Amino acid sequence: MVFFASVLAFTLEGASGQSIPQALVGAKLITISGDEIETGTLVVQDGRITAAGPVDAVSIPAGAVRIDCAGKVIMPGLICTHNHVGGIGGADNSGPIQPDVRIFDSLNVRDAGFRRVVAGGLTTVNIMPGSGHLLSGRTIYLKMRRGNTVEDFFIRDADGIVMGGVKMANGTNSLREMKGFPRTRAKSAALVRQEFINAGEYRERLARAGGDLAETPARDVRMETLVDVLEGRKIVHHHTHRQDDIMTVMRLAEEFDFRVVLHHVSEGWKIADQIAEARVPCSIILVESPGGKLEASELAFETGAVLERVGVLVAYHTDDWINDSRLFLRSPALGVRAGMSRAGALKAVTLAGAEMLDLGDRIGSLEPGKDADFVLLSGDPLSVYTKVLQTWVEGERVFDRSDPNDRLYAVGGYGAGDDAEPFTCCIADEGNE
Amino acid sequence: MMPTSLSPSLSMITAAVLIAAPQPPALAQVVVRGKTVHTMAGPAVTDGLVLIRDGKIAFVGPAEGVPIPNGYRVLEAEVVTPGLIDAHTTVGLSGIFNQPQDQDQIERSAPIQPELRAIDAYNTSEALVEWVRGFGVTTIHTGHAPGELISGQTFVVKTAGTTVEEAVVVDAATVSATIGPAALKNKEKDKDKSPGTRGKMMAMLRAEFIKAGEYRRKRESAEEDKKPERDLRMEALSRLLKKELPLMVTANRAQDIASALRLAREFELRLVLDGASESYLLIDEIKAAGIPVIIHPSMYRATGELKNMSFETAAKLRHAGIPVALQSGYESYVPKTRVVLFEAAIAAANGLTWEEALATITIDAARILGVDERVGSLEAGKDGDVALFDGDPFEYTTHCTGVVIEGKVVSDEPH
Repeated sequence: MVFFASVLAFTLEGASGQSIPQALVGAKLITISGDEIETGTLVVQDGRITAAGPVDAVSIPAGAVRIDCAGKVIMPGLICTHNHVGGIGGADNSGPIQPDVRIFDSLNVRDAGFRRVVAGGLTTVNIMPGSGHLLSGRTIYLKMRRGNTVEDFFIRDADGIVMGGVKMANGTNSLREMKGFPRTRAKSAALVRQEFINAGEYRERLARAGGDLAETPARDVRMETLVDVLEGRKIVHHHTHRQDDIMTVMRLAEEFDFRVVLHHVSEGWKIADQIAEARVPCSIILVESPGGKLEASELAFETGAVLERVGVLVAYHTDDWINDSRLFLRSPALGVRAGMSRAGALKAVTLAGAEMLDLGDRIGSLEPGKDADFVLLSGDPLSVYTKVLQTWVEGERVFDRSDPNDRLYAVGGYGAGDDAEPFTCCIADEGNE
Repeated sequence: MMPTSLSPSLSMITAAVLIAAPQPPALAQVVVRGKTVHTMAGPAVTDGLVLIRDGKIAFVGPAEGVPIPNGYRVLEAEVVTPGLIDAHTTVGLSGIFNQPQDQDQIERSAPIQPELRAIDAYNTSEALVEWVRGFGVTTIHTGHAPGELISGQTFVVKTAGTTVEEAVVVDAATVSATIGPAALKNKEKDKDKSPGTRGKMMAMLRAEFIKAGEYRRKRESAEEDKKPERDLRMEALSRLLKKELPLMVTANRAQDIASALRLAREFELRLVLDGASESYLLIDEIKAAGIPVIIHPSMYRATGELKNMSFETAAKLRHAGIPVALQSGYESYVPKTRVVLFEAAIAAANGLTWEEALATITIDAARILGVDERVGSLEAGKDGDVALFDGDPFEYTTHCTGVVIEGKVVSDEPH
């Protein structure tokens, strides 16, 4: 199974960036796609990167706004494959499998969490419903643009379809003493298998009807979502911790041939070879201590290093509010502490996440043609002393630590927990430093 | 005592005395050499040495000219600090699995139970104790958690030892109280229980302290046969009224902090503020009352009563002259504990100087907990508790390469 379908690098929203080129000059560029550039120039225009290279190799276009970034560091905007900000409410208690639920129908984009996300340097997030269900709904991939409604944050594919995945879970969170919910792991798997079998039959009926309205089954939103999964249009983002639960996910993915990213993967270090062999990507969580529930009691800082060593595609995620988005860079840093390579750890918060969201050719690295999503840092990304100074999405500055309103969300303080004010107008990027 | 001011001749004398000592048992004899030794009792020592004999620090200072006695294990590190102190946690009472059998940090049967002792509930073998120790934490202030009006006592303990008796430093350190929404019984299942409001919370606390005052008066003044019978609850509260113990109040919203100050004034209690997420709004009041603050972890969820939390609270309070320590706090889910080393790191990145940040998890924490005679700095006569690092301890990518508690090497794997 080839995991990543190629997607045309076309974005409807990409055109929103400034048409005047902007050149950020003198920063160290951590491109992710290539070597780190000690003193570089990044040029962005119309929401895209037009150049990224050493200062003496990049010519600044005539009329460009020049921004001095000497002594600073620029890296791609951080990508979080698993985030719960925005006051979300996905599936309810009515049943364990709810593919009809779309998480974006519950999102409050003025939630303070959204401001903390950009303060942390995150530019793309996968907002997911929780893990208390076998299938808790559709997820949504968002660009952290300035926006007033959730639609302003959408990412669309080449066909204009809003991008997102499907959230599933196994292990203990979805075992519940409620009507219709499983009480055991085997029952969990059985319920999921039955649902996919149903979806497969729905898909066959659709195919057999061949457009004949008389034969076409009635629209079923639940089945439609699962057909998207069976046909590879939506990736399953699967919460799973214990090694046997991880194996169960891979077993089901193989049986029904769906694309899956393993999420959390606390005991992934125990079955790294099996994960590598199945070529399944892992979006992992790193928290300061193991435990808090049985299936996370053997969580280890080393998971990233172990999976990297056997060639698994590894991303980190915040799982905000498990980890605050503002401290996302702590995860790759602690990963390096436990033996992961620096390059692998930095890729794990950028390009690896992009690939897990089918966005690998649009975001995640500093390369010409990609969206101008990046962070300006005061120093090395793995240092605790480093601050996110600015966050840019598609050529627009969406966070600026020197702005007191933005700084409030970055460090906290009175009012930092309140909903953000709406963006009332197209705020110009006046006062480039 | 300022070990760094020892003259070379005095160093030699000290060393000579050490050599003359009888061959000690192999365990508690350790020499730690560090390219930088942060004693927290004076300037950092370059190429320093900490010599631990029989579990106590015998010498701290420049390594040059100090002979290493026979039979001593020598550890080396880039950076050496005092063993770190977590000024407030619940590990040892709260366990890694988060199952009923390993959660002794809160007893829900009544809202006021100051008689519950931490020493009776602490598990020296708890995996989370070993976990935090791996990051250099040698002393923890742990015990009953926030979440009931008065949840029980706390104590100070070392992160080594088979029995709690071996590990204990102070068997009763504070009585733990909560003023704020966490102590309210406002859920559907509790709707007929008290306290259900902030007003009722304070009324219940006041009533209990008034009762304890009566009990204390009668116990102290009545004739032997007329003394009231011993009452553990009243005894524990009497210790607060006698100022033998401080009341540690977890309060986050400014109004709840103000209520804690009001309670302490009325009953002349020694107060330690805990959590205190909006304490930056009451700096003058807290300073005037002379109260130390143990600030919540930086990665608590910024919601509810913590929605206005700030990474800069430690710096604001410390720079106003308020004693500040940091903590790993109480976690009810994942992760099951924070690590206080990372808390100090965040503080160092958000307004505290490097030395001030280290003090929040060493000497300043020791002073607030009243254990600075034994721990918190590297000085001759203090416990031989040392943490070793291969770089700046606050950097996430640095490892804690060794931990020594009372002269015993309890960890020598990099963490």
